[in-house]
Amino acid sequence: MIRLPRLLTTALALLAACAAPAAEGPIKIGHYASLTGKDAAFGVATRKGVLLAVEEINARGGVLGRPLEYLVEDMQSKPGEAATVVKKLISRDKVGVMIGANASANSLEAAPICQNAKVPMMAISSTNPRVTQIGDYIFRICFIDPFQGAVLAKFARTSLRAQRVALLTSTNSPYSVGLSAVLRERFTALGGEIVAEQKFAEGDKDFRAQLTAIRAARPEVIAATGFYSEAALICIQARSLGLTGPIIGGDGWEAPQLTELGGKAVEGTYYCTYFSADNNAPEVQSFVRRYQVRWSNERPEGVSALGYDAVHVIAAAMERSGATTGPALRDALAATRNHAGVTGQTTIDRQRNSEKAAVMLAVKNGRAEFFETVTP
Amino acid sequence: MSEFLQQLLNGLSLGAIYALIALGYTMVYGVLRFINFAHADVFMVGSFIGYYAGKLVPEGTLWGGFSVLLAAMLGCALLGMSIERLAYRPLRGSPTLNVLITAIGVSLLLEYSGQVFFGAAPRTFPPIFPSQNFQFGSLTLSSNQIAVIVVAALLMLALQFIVHRTKIGTAMRAVSLNPRAAQLVGINNDVVISFTFGLGSALAGAGGILYAMNYPSIDPLMGVMPGLKAFVAAILGGIGNIRGAALGGLLLGTVETFVSGSQWSTYKDAIAFGILIIILLFRPAGLLGKFTVEKV
Repeated sequence: MIRLPRLLTTALALLAACAAPAAEGPIKIGHYASLTGKDAAFGVATRKGVLLAVEEINARGGVLGRPLEYLVEDMQSKPGEAATVVKKLISRDKVGVMIGANASANSLEAAPICQNAKVPMMAISSTNPRVTQIGDYIFRICFIDPFQGAVLAKFARTSLRAQRVALLTSTNSPYSVGLSAVLRERFTALGGEIVAEQKFAEGDKDFRAQLTAIRAARPEVIAATGFYSEAALICIQARSLGLTGPIIGGDGWEAPQLTELGGKAVEGTYYCTYFSADNNAPEVQSFVRRYQVRWSNERPEGVSALGYDAVHVIAAAMERSGATTGPALRDALAATRNHAGVTGQTTIDRQRNSEKAAVMLAVKNGRAEFFETVTP
Repeated sequence: MSEFLQQLLNGLSLGAIYALIALGYTMVYGVLRFINFAHADVFMVGSFIGYYAGKLVPEGTLWGGFSVLLAAMLGCALLGMSIERLAYRPLRGSPTLNVLITAIGVSLLLEYSGQVFFGAAPRTFPPIFPSQNFQFGSLTLSSNQIAVIVVAALLMLALQFIVHRTKIGTAMRAVSLNPRAAQLVGINNDVVISFTFGLGSALAGAGGILYAMNYPSIDPLMGVMPGLKAFVAAILGGIGNIRGAALGGLLLGTVETFVSGSQWSTYKDAIAFGILIIILLFRPAGLLGKFTVEKV
């Protein structure tokens, strides 16, 4: 009869030994991103911002005395892949908090999985409103399409003084459809007219047909609400058809590939985004310097800054609540107010979206330059 | 009216590229009676050869552009001939289905080794030819579009000449008509088939350069969609028929462009393929194909 208690104590000791490192080991942060494929520019730039934040936090001693461990999975810009890699991060790697995707379509795939697993998710640049409506564990660090659509409408109407706008929408991207819908509504409300609406599908390369139809409607401004790879080809083909007016777009345009692919054709285009490295605010300039030191002199993109802020918002919520996952972290994230980051003051609203101002950039001499700040 | 003409021009320049790719499908079918699915990926390799060769010559010069075009055509011809030698010749005489499956395998091999060697991210194709826009009233012609149509037309004329006026072309037609009888009269079938693959692949290489000039974002999976459309164009014109492939390509490109410019743009592929079904219902052998009864 002596053996049994001994066995029990050994078992208990073993259990304790197993449990202890789990509680004191690193805090795991998951990230699903397109590091290859057609959206790779966003994923790669986001990863660089996130990694910079994680390294800086770890150099200062981590969060709650524990280091952060960053686990990133590539979803290859493919539909369906986001769900697969998020399941892997949650069930195999056991991450407690997730950094989300750039494209809304990917976040919409992954969000239900995070919601069911009660893993708080912070989407980066998924601006479609439906993303955070999936559940109370889903947050985003960026503004949403209605806001962006309103910014573009106001910019076209007041800054470009346009009366006639043509819309070119990517019908299989929820992001583009959402942006176009709000742009149409707000621009008409401001007294303008949408003179033509054309559609395409992501991955298309020929837009001459749509642009020829648009040219017949004689718009002053063309709004192409898709992503950079299509936007660059749209600009090239629009210019070759003699459409020389301004072309505007949302944050989906923001990538160095826009000017690489588009060359001279993207001169005189404008897009809105969260962040400009030209902004003179001291916290922005200090971030730009640290980013350039870490990433061989590359300039940070808008999504890099968002990724950087996302990690800091999560770390701050962990420090406030003492929790590293689950409902307590969720509540702390929801209570984020006026967090000062490099993309401005972030406040998480009731729908778990971030409220912040937008900046308009103008493409000039092969570079996107700060144009103005817009609040609709 | 000017919108109609502009769309017609857009459609013709897209259709000319489909036609160039379709010719490769149809020629291989003509002599070997199977669909070379790897053809669309030879097209992709063509634009990547152009991408790397384009860096060696000054941008925007005629001689530079033509030497890049020639390099891509030569490279693709070699690739097509080695695919035939390594993958298809060992299967000569086995059921067509086996060769067909091998063709799909070669296609996947090219696509995914392309992702390893060239990377999965889209690359920017350099502007190898000088480019300029011409204005005729409200009609805008870009030099790239004109180049596509002119180069495609010249290549098709050259092909017509090779097939109908040269010794090797006569041999090709003989093998297509009856491979065994061709052998009996002293034609080396292996040489003819190899030449057919080289010729078809060279046209695909040229198609790859012309496509990349107009849509300068290239990636290892870029061949899939144009390849499918060109395959449809070849069927539409009557598979095995060279003029049919050219006609099918132009028709498909034009229809697709007109649908894209209308309010049904999201249905452009559905409508283009719907037209294919309707034409095949009335002409099962394609527009210019001859209907042959298979004897049992």
